[in-house]
Amino acid sequence: MSPAPPERGRSEQDEVTDAIREAALVAPQRGGHPDRAYAPYRSTALRSPSQPLVVAPASLLEQTAPVFGAKDVAATDADLTVHSTGEPLGERIVVTGRVLDRDGRPVRNQLVEVWQANASGRYAHDGDRHPAPLDPHFTGGGRCLTDDDGRYRFVTIKPGAYPWRNHHNAWRPAHIHFSLFGTAFTQRLVTQMYFPGDQLFALDPIFSSVTDEKAQQRLIARYDHDTTVAEWALGYQWDIVLDGPGATPPDPDEV
Amino acid sequence: MTLDPSPSQTVGPFFAFGLPFDGGGDVVPPGTAGAISLHGTVRDGAGAPVPDALLEFWQAGPDGRIAARAGSLVRDGRSFTGFARVPTDRSGDYVIRTLRPGPVAGSAEAPHLAVTVFARGLLHHLFTRVYFPNHTEANAADPLLSALPEERAATLMAIPDGWFGGPGYRFDVRLQGPGETVFLDLISEAGAVR
Ligand SMILES: [Fe+2]
Repeated sequence: MSPAPPERGRSEQDEVTDAIREAALVAPQRGGHPDRAYAPYRSTALRSPSQPLVVAPASLLEQTAPVFGAKDVAATDADLTVHSTGEPLGERIVVTGRVLDRDGRPVRNQLVEVWQANASGRYAHDGDRHPAPLDPHFTGGGRCLTDDDGRYRFVTIKPGAYPWRNHHNAWRPAHIHFSLFGTAFTQRLVTQMYFPGDQLFALDPIFSSVTDEKAQQRLIARYDHDTTVAEWALGYQWDIVLDGPGATPPDPDEV
Repeated sequence: MTLDPSPSQTVGPFFAFGLPFDGGGDVVPPGTAGAISLHGTVRDGAGAPVPDALLEFWQAGPDGRIAARAGSLVRDGRSFTGFARVPTDRSGDYVIRTLRPGPVAGSAEAPHLAVTVFARGLLHHLFTRVYFPNHTEANAADPLLSALPEERAATLMAIPDGWFGGPGYRFDVRLQGPGETVFLDLISEAGAVR
C-alpha cells in the first residue's frame, strides 16, 4: 500500500475559487453584466450601492453622447509602439474589431480608448508596485476613432499577467482595458479584453464576476491569422456590442 | 437581430495614465462669465474617501442646447462641448469648472448634468444626475425628483457653497451607506438600456 499523498492546506486562492464557483450558481445577470456586489472581488464590498438602482426614463440629454473628432485624436495615438524614441519589448500585436449597437449597427466615428500593462505585466503608474521592469519605450495608453464600419484598430504589445492584492497569490489574466462611447450617454462602457486560452480565467474574480459562460466568451478576443501581419505582428479580433438604447427588452421585474 | 452586449469590467486602479486628460475638468476656461465650480468628494460605504474614482459629466449649455461638437480632449478654449472627465485626488475630491445648464427644449426633466461614476472595486459604472436648486418649479415637476422620497432626491441636488474664486456648488457621491446617492437604471421607451 502506498502512503496517501500529504494533504496540502487550503490556500486563500482555493477559498476564492470556491466563492467564484458558488457565485456562478445564482441567477443569470441581466445583459451579462457583473453584479456590483461580488464577494470574491473584495473591493466591491464597500463600493457597491446597497439600495437598488432607481429606474428612470433616459432624459433627452442622456439619449445623446459627446462627439469626438480628428482634433481629439492623433493618428499615432492608435499605435502604442511608437510613443517613444525606441521600440518597446514584447510580442507586437494588432487588436482590431467593430463597435456595434445591439441591433448590429456600427457605432461610427466614436472614441475608443485603451490602457494596459507592458509585456512584463507592469503599468507605467506610480501605484503599481509589481517588481517587474518598466519599459522606457512603452507607456500603454492609446486612442482611436471608429471608422464608417464601426471598426477600430490598435497596434500594441501583448500585456503580461500581473499580481494584485485581492488575496494571497492573486494574478490577473493578461488584458487590455477598453473605454467606449455610443451615440447615447446610456451606452457608455468600460471593460477589459482578454486573450484566448488563459489559465488564469477561473482563478480571477474580476473576469469571473461575469458568471454566464457565454457572456465570458464575449470578453475574449479571437486569434485571427488574416489579421496577423507577416514578419511583423500577430493579430486579434474583438467585436464590442454596446447596450441600448432601446434594444434591451424590458425586465418584467422592473416595469 | 439582437446582439448580446459586451459585459462591463472595472476601470481598475491604473486608469490614471489611460483616461484622464489635461483640462478634463475645464468645460469652460478660467474667467468665463457665469462659470461655476462643481466639486465634491466620492466616499465608500464606510465613509472613507475614494481616491481612485473617475467621474464623467455630460450636459447642455446655458442656452439648453446639447453640443454636437468635437474637441473635448483637446480643448480650444472657446467651444462649449459639454463633456468633462476628472479623476478623484488622494482625498477623494474632484472639481470641474463649467456653466449651469439651461432647460433642454422638449425635455420633461429639469436642467441637470448626467454623471457616470467609475472606480476600482466597481464592476459596472453607475449613472446619476446633478440638479440645481434654483430651478424650483422645474425640479418640482421633474419626473425623477418628484417620484423620490425627499431625503433621496436631496442626494441629486447640488448645494451652493461659493469659494474664494467665485460661485461654486458641492455635489458629493456616496457609493453606499447613509446618504447613499441615487443611482439610475436608465431606460428608453423600448426598455432598459443601462
Ligand atoms: Fe489592468
